[in-house]
Amino acid sequence: MLKISNLHVKLEEEDKQILKGVDLEVGAGQVHAIMGPNGSGKSTLSYVLSGRDGYEVTEGAATLDGADLLEMEPEERAAAGLFLAFQYPVEIPGVGNMTFLRTAVNAQRKARGEAEMSSTDFLKEIRAKAKELQIDADMLKRPVNVGFSGGEKKRNEILQMAMLEPKMCVLDETDSGLDVDAMKLVADGVNALRSEGRSFLVITHYQRLLDHIRPDVVHIMADGRIVKTGGPDLALEVETNGYAGILAEEA
Amino acid sequence: MALPQPKADATAARTAALRMPEGAKWATAAREEALSRVNAMGLPGRRDEYWKWTRPESLVAPDAPEAAVFDAGEAPIFGEIDSVKLVFVDGVFDPAQSDDPSLGGVEIERLGDAAAADIHWAKDLFGVLEARGQSPVPRTLAALNTAFAAEGVVIRATGKAEKPVALVYHHGAAASDAMVHHCIRVESGAALSVLESGPGASRFSKVMEVEVADGGRFDHIRVQGRDHERRTMTHVFARLGAESVFKSFTLTMNGVLTRNECVIEFTGDEGVAHVAGASVGDGDFHHDDTVFITHDALDCESRQVFKNVLRNGATGVFQGKILVKAGAQKTDGYQISQALLLDDDSQFLAKPELEIYADDVACSHGSTTGAIDETALFYLRSRGVPKAAAEDLLVLSFLAEAIEEIDDQGIAAEILSRLEAWLARRR
Repeated sequence: MLKISNLHVKLEEEDKQILKGVDLEVGAGQVHAIMGPNGSGKSTLSYVLSGRDGYEVTEGAATLDGADLLEMEPEERAAAGLFLAFQYPVEIPGVGNMTFLRTAVNAQRKARGEAEMSSTDFLKEIRAKAKELQIDADMLKRPVNVGFSGGEKKRNEILQMAMLEPKMCVLDETDSGLDVDAMKLVADGVNALRSEGRSFLVITHYQRLLDHIRPDVVHIMADGRIVKTGGPDLALEVETNGYAGILAEEA
Repeated sequence: MALPQPKADATAARTAALRMPEGAKWATAAREEALSRVNAMGLPGRRDEYWKWTRPESLVAPDAPEAAVFDAGEAPIFGEIDSVKLVFVDGVFDPAQSDDPSLGGVEIERLGDAAAADIHWAKDLFGVLEARGQSPVPRTLAALNTAFAAEGVVIRATGKAEKPVALVYHHGAAASDAMVHHCIRVESGAALSVLESGPGASRFSKVMEVEVADGGRFDHIRVQGRDHERRTMTHVFARLGAESVFKSFTLTMNGVLTRNECVIEFTGDEGVAHVAGASVGDGDFHHDDTVFITHDALDCESRQVFKNVLRNGATGVFQGKILVKAGAQKTDGYQISQALLLDDDSQFLAKPELEIYADDVACSHGSTTGAIDETALFYLRSRGVPKAAAEDLLVLSFLAEAIEEIDDQGIAAEILSRLEAWLARRR
């Protein structure tokens, strides 16, 4: 599904290398977690995959089902099936949540040469999916993320994911700023979307999110590289020994 | 104090080209007083502080510059709304295109007819609010309009008007110099809505004096047409009684020069005044919102929301002031002026001002100039919305706070669709 090889990335505006050769392969239907200390390059990886400006790939490749992600515009990556759940979802005043989602759904369909979704079908689907995530009608009508609590914003990200039906979902610190109940709700939403054809890359500092979203593979990232890969137990090891312990072990 | 010679000369040249309309004694007296105000204050020139950012020459010159008549090829904006439509072509009332001006709870007359009557309610309004609005800053072009405008309507609402009055201003001749002057009085407890649309003329001067009595309500929606070369100078002077409501929204699309001045005075307690504007300009576009709100009563709320979208070297100007007089306690004043610059060539010049002499008030003002938010743009694109569509969504998002000032949802939707079309034409 997602294949990253020897990815080197630096900031465009300063000569600072952030990713120093990332290798990662996520198979179809798998859930991979990336853990790592602050500044290890986790969020940068998510931004580079989704095409945010400000980064320069100096070496390496990233493909989604064989297609070169790095050559595509952000909207093309989305249409190809990539989704990034933001750590800080953006507020967009004056644009209704539902209007925005419908625009996005139909833009992706159009880009893939598919028929647009009728407003009736869209409404039916979004209502059902919103209900599962405990998102009420008012939240659907309100401007995108405006006045939403931290939990509501993250649930809204998962709702977008559910509506856009991507094949590769990258979750960037989705647990940040969430209380235990909110995290469980978000995790349930993600779990409901797990399927054979859909893969996840879950970026997090803490092991607790992984109690709810059980990963198949856990990677530890440090200083722009994946330094250790293991099963779900690796996350527990982080919890017990901290990153310092693991990094010392690897050094 | 004598005017500087160039200003005196410019004023004399302009007034020499105009003829005062005939009328009854009171009207002629009001016009002559207005003319003496013009001669005392002089027409605006480049060196005037109040015209620092907007060049008044083309508004002051004896001859109106030409402007190509622009056929937008679209349905009139308020065409679907059930209204009493009054049409002016180059500032001249056209009865053939207009509806019969009868409306329950409302008296509508042509300014010329009112000014010819020996006794008329408009006597207490015509030139009166304009004269009050000449201090502390002269607005000589408004006085010039009082002195010489032959056309306009006087509207008096004594009850709740069943439907809006729609004033439509067509542009006919390439060089046309129009002056229109309206007087509106909303009586106690009455309500009136006025819609205005169209470019008016190649050079269009319009004054609207509005008095809203205690408990009255006045709604005003204005759309200044898409003609690229038109020049427009408007003044709204409003005096608001206790517990009255005044709401005005203006959409401006294109226009080589537009200056909209709005002067509002609260004279009764607990009044509400909202003035909002959305303007979008591309290239040879200069738009100026100049607002002066005087709080001289208790517990009044004023709100100014102005948004400019500028591209290809367009210029936006905002001069807004809230004056809270001593004793105008519990004043709630808000003012925001913002510009979204779609490129590096455009500019926004803003002078937000507060002048407060009371100690128990809540007033705030803010002004920002910026480009499209890159983070928001990336967020939308990461969901699959193509760049151009995402930019347009963010422009509409930027304008939303101004559009939300429109209470009528149908009109708000129509304005939004005109803005979408304006953006789409530039793709």
